[in-house]
Amino acid sequence: MASAHGAEHGTTPTDYIVHHLTHLKVGEGFWTWHVDTLLMSASLAILVGWVFWAAARRANAGVPGKFIGFIELVYDFVDGQVADIYHGDRRFMVALALSLFTWIIAMNTMDLLPLDLPGGIASLLGAQFWRVLPTADLNGTIAMALVVLLLIIFAAIRAKGVGGYLHEWVSAPFGGHPLLWVPNIILNAVELLSKPVSLGMRLFGNMFAGELLFMLIALLGFMVVDATFGSAAGFIGQILLGTAWAIFHILIVVLQAYIFMVLPVVYISMAEDHH
Amino acid sequence: MTVNATFIGQMIVFALLLWFFYAFVVPPIAQAITDRQKKIAEGLAAAERGQKDLDEAKSRADSVVREARERANQILDQATRRSNEMVDSAKQSASVEGDRVLANARAEAANETARARDSLRREIGSLAVAGASRLLEREIDAKAHAQLLDKLAEEIARG
Repeated sequence: MASAHGAEHGTTPTDYIVHHLTHLKVGEGFWTWHVDTLLMSASLAILVGWVFWAAARRANAGVPGKFIGFIELVYDFVDGQVADIYHGDRRFMVALALSLFTWIIAMNTMDLLPLDLPGGIASLLGAQFWRVLPTADLNGTIAMALVVLLLIIFAAIRAKGVGGYLHEWVSAPFGGHPLLWVPNIILNAVELLSKPVSLGMRLFGNMFAGELLFMLIALLGFMVVDATFGSAAGFIGQILLGTAWAIFHILIVVLQAYIFMVLPVVYISMAEDHH
Repeated sequence: MTVNATFIGQMIVFALLLWFFYAFVVPPIAQAITDRQKKIAEGLAAAERGQKDLDEAKSRADSVVREARERANQILDQATRRSNEMVDSAKQSASVEGDRVLANARAEAANETARARDSLRREIGSLAVAGASRLLEREIDAKAHAQLLDKLAEEIARG
């Protein structure tokens, strides 16, 4: 999980963790770009898209091979989940759920890579910082949640028309009386905004905490490097705890992707319902 | 941890991935699965149809065999009856023929007897005449006593 690499950049555990939590940045102020987040998420999106495209291109009505069978298994699972929640033409919903599920799993899985390996490779290529986990960057999760927010609004307008949607803003849930317009609008705004915020924050919080725990576990190993008292115990503890947490983290990787897949479908399904 | 322009880039990446899945991934996989479901359903239906055809053919074959067996039994019965009839009629015609042969033989024997008796009677008549003429030592006029002689001969023939 850890190597001497982290120690090169900082002598204290705090330095190590701060280094691991620093993005490779370009730009200033708001117009700062996290190069690591963008590159990792984009290349994983390409990887996921390419794998599924390769399966989709070869899929036919004949007997499927192992690869196609696996992809169809994933597809069937997602399709079943969507079908339980969303009634109607669900082609777009399946595309949304499938892309969210597979992409988030791919990104979350980066957390299981040896902690210092991506940073080590990046430093060999000349980058001082490299955070490998795009879902532990609030920008990454909020971006997906905002796309989902736009889709919710779009679905609601498509189902009810612009007039119907605006009418719902002022009249639901308390009623159409003009005195109730303001409370209605406030409540609707809270309801609408809470969805992307909870989506984005949940995934971010889970992955950030998981990443942080990997760093803390990795710190145990530095006792070996420093040759302080109890170093052997620390080394063994690092391996045991790191393994245990990695195994447990597989659950979080898939579970968070599953939650982020199902909730947008639920939200969009709700948005299309008439109040 | 701060939100910055990165999320714009992330939104674009996600939007592109979503569009790619919607345009190129989901339709072919959904199509393939639907096609396969249809194919499997057709295969199952065909298997069921084949089973039904087989059952029908079996029952048809059974009825054909049963019919053939019945027909064979009928033919056997007929043949037995026919042979019995033939034996019976042969027996009957044989006994009729035997009776006829017997009757013929009897008639022949009766004829022979009558003929022998006739010739015997004639001989006895002439013998009686010759004996009488010898007794009387004279010739009997055959013409004169013809009536008497004939009567005698008749009596002899009858006795």
